[in-house]
Amino acid sequence: MQSETMPPPSRAHTAILLVSVLVVATCGLIYELLAGTLASYLLGDSVTQFSIVIGSYLFAMGVGSYVSRYVRRDEIGAFIRVEVLIAALGGWSAAGLFLLFPLVDDFRLVLYALVLAIGVLVGLEIPLLIRILRHRYPFRDLVSNVLTYDYVGALVASLLFPLVLVPRLGMIRTGMVFGVANVLVAIALTWVLKERRGRRLDLAMAFAVLASLLVGLSMADRLQQMSEVAFYGEGVIYAHSTSYQRIVLTRRASDLRLYLNGNLQFSSRDEYRYHEALVWPVLGRVMHPRNVLILGGGDGLAAREVLSDPEVAHVTLVDLDPEMTRLFRNNAELVALNRGSLSSPRISVINTDAFRWVRQARGPYDAVIADFPDPTAYSLGKLYTESFYRELARLLAPDGMMTVQSTSPLIAPRTYWTVATTLEAAGLKTRGYHVYVPSFGEWGYTLAAHYPPSDTVHLPPGLRFLDARAERLMFEFPRDMARRPTPVNRLDNQALVRSFDEEWAHYES
Amino acid sequence: MKAEVTRRACLTASALLGSALATGACSALAPARWPGTLDGADFTRGHALRDRRFPAPRATVQAAKLVIAGGGVAGLAAGWRLLDAGFDDFELLELEDRAGGNARSGRNAISAYPLGAHYLPIPNREAGALRRMLGQFGMIVGTDAAGAPIYDPYQVCADLDERLFWRGAWQEGLFPQTGLSVAERAQHDDFERTMAMFSAAVGQDGKPAFAVPIACSSQDPAFTALDRISFAAWLDARGWTSAPLRAYVRYCCRDDYGTEPGEVSAWAGVHYFAARRGWSGAETRDRELTWPEGNGRLVALMTAQLGDRIRPAQTVFGAARADDGATINVFDHHSGTSRALRTQAAILAMPQFVAARICPGVGGTKGFSYAPWVVANVSTSRHPRGPGVPLAWDNVSAASDSLGYVVATHQTDSGGDGPTVLTWYMPLSAMPAAEARRVMLNRSLGEWQDLVASDLLDLHPDLEGAITRIDVWRWGHAMIRPTTGFLTDPDRLAAQAGAPPLFRAHSDLSGMSIFEEAHYRGVAAAEAAMRHLGHPFESLLA
Ligand SMILES: Cc1cc2nc3c(=O)[nH]c(=O)nc-3n(C[C@H](O)[C@H](O)[C@H](O)COP(=O)(O)OP(=O)(O)OC[C@H]3O[C@@H](n4cnc5c(N)ncnc54)[C@H](O)[C@@H]3O)c2cc1C
Repeated sequence: MQSETMPPPSRAHTAILLVSVLVVATCGLIYELLAGTLASYLLGDSVTQFSIVIGSYLFAMGVGSYVSRYVRRDEIGAFIRVEVLIAALGGWSAAGLFLLFPLVDDFRLVLYALVLAIGVLVGLEIPLLIRILRHRYPFRDLVSNVLTYDYVGALVASLLFPLVLVPRLGMIRTGMVFGVANVLVAIALTWVLKERRGRRLDLAMAFAVLASLLVGLSMADRLQQMSEVAFYGEGVIYAHSTSYQRIVLTRRASDLRLYLNGNLQFSSRDEYRYHEALVWPVLGRVMHPRNVLILGGGDGLAAREVLSDPEVAHVTLVDLDPEMTRLFRNNAELVALNRGSLSSPRISVINTDAFRWVRQARGPYDAVIADFPDPTAYSLGKLYTESFYRELARLLAPDGMMTVQSTSPLIAPRTYWTVATTLEAAGLKTRGYHVYVPSFGEWGYTLAAHYPPSDTVHLPPGLRFLDARAERLMFEFPRDMARRPTPVNRLDNQALVRSFDEEWAHYES
Repeated sequence: MKAEVTRRACLTASALLGSALATGACSALAPARWPGTLDGADFTRGHALRDRRFPAPRATVQAAKLVIAGGGVAGLAAGWRLLDAGFDDFELLELEDRAGGNARSGRNAISAYPLGAHYLPIPNREAGALRRMLGQFGMIVGTDAAGAPIYDPYQVCADLDERLFWRGAWQEGLFPQTGLSVAERAQHDDFERTMAMFSAAVGQDGKPAFAVPIACSSQDPAFTALDRISFAAWLDARGWTSAPLRAYVRYCCRDDYGTEPGEVSAWAGVHYFAARRGWSGAETRDRELTWPEGNGRLVALMTAQLGDRIRPAQTVFGAARADDGATINVFDHHSGTSRALRTQAAILAMPQFVAARICPGVGGTKGFSYAPWVVANVSTSRHPRGPGVPLAWDNVSAASDSLGYVVATHQTDSGGDGPTVLTWYMPLSAMPAAEARRVMLNRSLGEWQDLVASDLLDLHPDLEGAITRIDVWRWGHAMIRPTTGFLTDPDRLAAQAGAPPLFRAHSDLSGMSIFEEAHYRGVAAAEAAMRHLGHPFESLLA
């Protein structure tokens, strides 16, 4: 039943083997912790995830221990191959799970398959080691030695993981580093056991895995970026780079979120607050909003609000990115959110650069809604300049009104009021207002028209957030958000982008 | 693959040494790796002039009252001035198929782009004629309370206008801001202070020490004496030897003059830093006007005004005084025939080395030398990125011998990414001009593309795989060089004087190749010609 052919290991081998126990035990626990952390990170509900991962991992180890009996000959060879396999699977586990997450239909399947596979292999390790070492020690000492190293390894791992590894290396690198440790054990053993058969092949495999892990380590940052989940910390259900931006949709429970280039655009939980506040103060102040222009807003959410006004005969929506409007026209879940606004017969979607478009466009529009991303870049900053607002003023009907998404008046008050100053420089009268949107914080808009925007507003019934009283409150600015003198944002000074940068950096530091 | 890598390394290394073109070793094999064209000023037509290979005129025909020979900025400006003064009996003969000279532009599916000149600084107060033209073109939208012109913001270079790649990151502006020693910083401050002083200085004659156009500059020897030594020698004498300062100065000299500071006249060197006092309402002072197609925009507007008075593909190969007028010999590249035109006066708006060949009376060419340049328009599927401040209009690397690139879509787009065209500049100033010109002609499109791409990719590894096309344009005689002594060069002074009924117009007469000078020379020639012909006008020249 046992392999009579193998000679007992020498003293040096014994030392290596005992060190292996320590390494192997540490690695084994690290993979388990990685899987548990990743599962709760990606799937939410950490108690459940951790519990299930640990349970199935321990169970799989049991399976491995049981299966070890079927290894009849060449225990060392088997051990070495098991190490190489663990190194490959465990080493790449975090990176692989991150990368696969947005691609696979059922992430759980992948996760537990991996947990089981690693568990089985790790379960094989200790029984094999005990058998390999059985000639060196009396049985009593053997069990004591191996289990001691095993538990010490577990302690090392469980302390290192939260205190050093995750904060310093991140999950992807942590996996790789321990994969390297696993494969080094295999290489060391193969190296010293010179006369083993099949040694060449084992070495080749081990070095291949080592090489892959080293490459992985050197590319860890790239991998991290590629695996958006690692960045967003929420389940990424859609990610696509268009010619203009990176579109990412995430979901955690019922919360659907859109990110453009990593910046949050909306959360399905509270976007109604944002969009009702964007649309109704302006539509509610225009007598007959027949012709409406929406700039930006390729998600169709502002259009949803606008189209719900039966007076609106036609909406023109200008958004740079055709893939963005296509996504929000075709994806069932998103269509449910914007109520199919982008497919309405009353809308024309124009995919072009709004900065170019306004210069040759003809009005008049009764209402204009400028819903651009925050001025995080000089290119975007152009959409908030005096020159741009002059074009909008030209497109705006004499009794029309417009509104401009103007970033947070709480975090960036100077930036916020720069929008008003700039609209006024373009000859318009303005009024600022703001609203609390939980996923954004305190958010600001600016009304502008050829005449001073009035107090009276006609809101449709049945809005989720706005009524006349709530509307009136939005125009109150407490002291920390109060108006202050600002420069005019112009193409050649980009005052807005500069102050946006400063104020947000200050806030985030 | 191996050969590929070595060649690229070789090209990069030689580009860094400033002798990108001397490296025959790297050459020969490169096939073009991207779509693109290799083009330039029409060499065949140019060389035909050099070798005087034209049939004798078969007929003499009566032409318009005035003939302009050469349709660069100077010739077009002369035409603009004539029309502006109500003088419309003239025609303009241009050797190339298109007017514009060194300020021509190209266009592809992504954007228009410059082939040469790409910007015009906001003109100084003394550039009255130019300001009048910009006003007519709608680029000036009003005046402020103090009477200063207000420029249309769409024409003014949008922020961010320039950035420098310095020690691994992009920073705003062209002079390094980090990692300088106290001494280096002090030298730079000192230098800037001195230039500000020169900028404000007024000579004994009451004129600004340094003006644009330079004809408006003071003749006070306190300033003109600077013309006797090179800029490098002048900086040395002041102890301004710090490496970052000298690198910055070298960049500026090569950018505006295509010439090394060791050859540039100190007067011209200081002029670069001290002559710009852009006159405009409040905030646009030190800004430039720019368009996707660069100064091609101004050329197009001037060309449109002149309409069919412009006759392309006409090489003027002879100009001589004749009784009560002039005879102009011209070869028509379409019909392949020559004619002699009888006219009352002519403006020769061509470079001096051409004018001297076709018209014995216009002075010599000894003091005239020209810098060769290469311009590549690189189409990319996405915008360049990089650590530090984001993409600017003008993007320069402290570690490269090229002058970096400008972004053609900078003025028109707000997308921030997506396809664009980068116009890459390189004056071949590091070797003697004649040699540079020879190597320039011998290089294949593929070799140029490799050189340009490796320079760009060194700076922007992020553009790997994003380059979709590289069009290369060679300027054999791109710019007149303001070398030591150019202000008093007798040949230049003789050329400036002109002799009725043959007038001269070209940036060569100023010794500095910038739009304002070409424009000024064109306007001056047009006014001199109208005076000669007895056409009444009110001078626009200060
Ligand atoms: C790469 C590059 C970048 C530059 N960048 C800038 C810049 O950013 N800003 C700036 O202000 N300036 C810049 N310049 C300089 C600017 O382009 C020139 O100063 C200006 O265009 C010169 O105009 P010009 O009329 O004096 O000369 P040219 O452009 O040389 O015009 C002469 C014209 O005469 C024609 N011609 C020549 N011989 C004959 C003949 N025998 N018969 C008929 N026609 C003839 C030529 O074809 C040409 O069209 C740049 C130049 C280059 C090359």
